[in-house]
Amino acid sequence: MMEKDKKMVTIYVMGKKHRVPADLTIMKAMEYAGHQFRRGAGCRGGFCGSCATIYRRKGSYKLLGALACQKMVEDGMYIAQIPFSPAEKKTYKLDELKADAATFLVYYPEIARCLACNTCTKACPQDLQVMDFVQAALRGDITTVAKLSFDCLSCGLCAVRCPAEIVPYNVGQLGRRLYSRYVVGPTEHVLVRVQEVEEGKFDEEIKNLRALDKAGLKKLYDARDMEA
Amino acid sequence: MSGYPEYMQESLRLVEKTRPERIGKKFPLMSADDKQKILKDWHPDFKEGTKRALRFGPSQGQVMPHEVADILEAHPIIKPGDIDLKHVDYDLDVLVIGAGGAGLTAALLAMENGIELDKILMVQKLRLGDANSKMSQGGIQAADRPNDSPTRHFLDIMGGGQYANKTDLVEALVREGPDVIKWHESLGVMYDKNPDGMMKVESGGGTSRRRMHSCKDYTGLEITRVLLDEFLSRGIPYREFTSVVELLTDDTGQVAGAVLLDMDSDEYLVARAKSTILATGGFGRLHIQGFATTNHYGSTADGVALAYHVGAYLRDLDSTQFHPTGAAFPEQIVGQLCTEALRGRGSQPLNRLGELFVNSLETRDVESSAFIRECYDRNNGIVTETGMRGVWLDTPLIDIIQGKGSTEREFSAMMRMWGKYNVDIRKEPMLVFPTLHYQNGGVEINPQCETSVPGLFAAGEVCGGIHGKNRLMGNSQLDLYVFGRRAGRYAAERARKVTVGKLTLGHIKRYEKWLADTGVKTDRKAPMLLPEYRGKKTLEHQLKIL
Repeated sequence: MMEKDKKMVTIYVMGKKHRVPADLTIMKAMEYAGHQFRRGAGCRGGFCGSCATIYRRKGSYKLLGALACQKMVEDGMYIAQIPFSPAEKKTYKLDELKADAATFLVYYPEIARCLACNTCTKACPQDLQVMDFVQAALRGDITTVAKLSFDCLSCGLCAVRCPAEIVPYNVGQLGRRLYSRYVVGPTEHVLVRVQEVEEGKFDEEIKNLRALDKAGLKKLYDARDMEA
Repeated sequence: MSGYPEYMQESLRLVEKTRPERIGKKFPLMSADDKQKILKDWHPDFKEGTKRALRFGPSQGQVMPHEVADILEAHPIIKPGDIDLKHVDYDLDVLVIGAGGAGLTAALLAMENGIELDKILMVQKLRLGDANSKMSQGGIQAADRPNDSPTRHFLDIMGGGQYANKTDLVEALVREGPDVIKWHESLGVMYDKNPDGMMKVESGGGTSRRRMHSCKDYTGLEITRVLLDEFLSRGIPYREFTSVVELLTDDTGQVAGAVLLDMDSDEYLVARAKSTILATGGFGRLHIQGFATTNHYGSTADGVALAYHVGAYLRDLDSTQFHPTGAAFPEQIVGQLCTEALRGRGSQPLNRLGELFVNSLETRDVESSAFIRECYDRNNGIVTETGMRGVWLDTPLIDIIQGKGSTEREFSAMMRMWGKYNVDIRKEPMLVFPTLHYQNGGVEINPQCETSVPGLFAAGEVCGGIHGKNRLMGNSQLDLYVFGRRAGRYAAERARKVTVGKLTLGHIKRYEKWLADTGVKTDRKAPMLLPEYRGKKTLEHQLKIL
C-alpha cells in the first residue's frame, strides 16, 4: 500500500501535534513523528513493560493507560510516556523470609492503606486483577498473589494511579518468589538428576559421544527414538 | 466473529473442515537427506547474494550476512585522542556489559565468587532486564526427568546444530542444565508443575524427549524478573541508559574495561576493569535480509563489533535463525513471536487448503524452510493485502487435545497478543511466517567463557559455538544461565590474579589501519547502539524476501 493512500490521524505527543498513519501503534507513530527512543522502548512486543504511556481521547475526560508498543493511535489522542515510575524496591534475602502476611507488611506496609477503589485494576494494560492481589497480600494469601500477578510486566501504570501510593508490581514480585520458594518448593527429580550429574553418572557416555566424528554422531542422531 | 478479513474466510472454512480428521495425526518427519535438500533450496541462509566474506582481521574470510559485515566494516565511534584515559571514573574488578539473563547471572556469580560490591559494575544501554531474555515465551530445556539424560540432550543439540557446535560448550550446557533449574527454584522462579509435583514438560522442535520447562508463555519474563529482583536486593552497582562505545586495552594487549557513554548526558566515562564480560545479546534489529524480527529494540549486535575491534575470533555468523512462527497478520504484529510451545501442545501448521505439509516439530531451520516452500514454491500460502504470505497455525487444536481451558491457562501472552486484533486463538488459527529470531553464531568462547582476547569474557546470544548452525528451542534460555554463571565465576577468578597496565585505545588505530589497508571506504560507524526507525523508516522492515 502506498503511503499516500494511508488514512492519517492527528495525535499530540507531549503536546506537539503530528499527522501519522492511522494503522500504527503509539510507539511506531512516535518514531514516524521523528522520535528516536532512548528510553520508553524495549521489547516492542508487550513483554517488558518499558513503554508505559498515558493518554486522553478527544472529547473525553478519562485518563487511560497503555503500552505504547501495543496500543494503536486514535485521532485526537493526547499522549505522554511514563517510562519510569518512581518507587523503591525493598531489598531482602529470600532465604530469611517467612511466607506470611507479615512479610508483605514489613517490606510494603503501605498496602494496608489500600482503599479497595480498583483504580490499579482499571489502569493495568494486561487486564490483571491488581487490587485483588494487593488484598490477597494483606491476607497473607501468597498463592493468590502469585497467580493473579503472574502476567505482570512491572510497567508501573498501577503505581502511578494508586491513590494510596501502593506499588503493586513490587508486592507481586515478592509474592511470586515466596510462593515458588516456600509454598511449592524444589522439585524432587531435578534434585536427583543434579546429584547424578555430580556423581559422574553421565561422564562416560558424554566422553564417548565427544570422541565420535560427525558421521558417528549423525548415525546415533538419525536413529534416536522420539518421545511421543 | 472472525478476526480475519473476508478474503481469508474460504481458507478458514477449509481449516475447520479438515480439523476433525487431523486430530492426533502427524505429518512424517523428514529424512536426513530431505532436510539437507530443503535447507539448501529454501532456507534464507542459502539465498545467493545475501552474504560476503569479511575482508580483514582475525576472522578474515569468514562469511556472514551483509548486515553483519557492514557493522564490522565500519569505523569505531571514537578516536583514540577523544578520551582522557588518565581520568578513570570506575576502577573495577568485573565490568558486566548488558543486563539481560546472561549479564544479571554473571553479576550475581561475580559477587558470589568474592568480588566486593564496589568492584562490580553493570552497564546497560536501556533499562535493567530489558533484553531478548525477557521475551522468550515457550521454555528452557534441561534433561532432568528419569527417562531423559544429559547425553540425549547433547545428541539432540549436535544434530540440531548440524554438528558444527563446539562439543566442550555443549557438554557444559547439558551437564549444568538441571542445576540451573535447581538454582532458579531456590531463587523463587515459578516453573509450571503437574499436580504430582513433577515439572510440566513439553517437546520442542528436534528434542527427542519432553524437556521444555516453562513458566506459562512468559518463561523468559519470569526468570529475568526474579534474577533482577535478586540483583537489586544484593545492591550490586549498575548504570542504566549507559552504553559501551569501545573496549579498552592495556599496554600488554589484554582487555581492561570499556569507554562508556551516558545516553542521557552524552558524556564519556572510563571504566577500568580486570575482567570484562560481554553480555550484549544478538542482532535481530539489523533486520538480516530485510526480515521483520522478534527481537528487542536493543538487539543491534554491539558486542560482536566491540569484540572484533579488539581482535576476538568470531564463528558461525553465516547462519541465522528464523523462527518458523512469527505473526504474519495483522500488519501491526508482523514478525512477532508465536511460541514454539503452541506446536508442542498440538497446534499444526496448515496450508491454505487446510492440509498438513510438514511435521510440526522439525528443527527450526527445517520447519521455516518448509513454510517458505509452501508459500513461494507450491503457492499454497495465504496472501494478505500487503502482499505478505503465511500459513495457518491451527491453535484451536490445543483445547481439543489438552482439554478446554488449556490455551487460556498456558498461553495468556498469546491470547492477549492476538485478542487485541480480535483473533481468539481458541477458535481461529494464527497466520504465521518465519521471522528473524536468533544470532546462532557470534564471539567464540571456551568453556570458561573466555574469548580469544585475554580479559574479555562473553556469555549469552553474543557468543558463537554452543548452538552450531541452528539452535533448538529452549537452549538459549539455558545457555544464558549456564554460561552467565561461568562467566561470572571465571571473571572473578581472573580478577584476583591479574593487574591492569597503562590503558590504551591502540586497537582503534589498528582497526582503522585494517579498514584502510583493505580499501573499506564507508561512513558507517559501530557499535550501532540504537536502531534507526525515525520517519518513514518505521514503515519499512516489512518482508522483502524472495
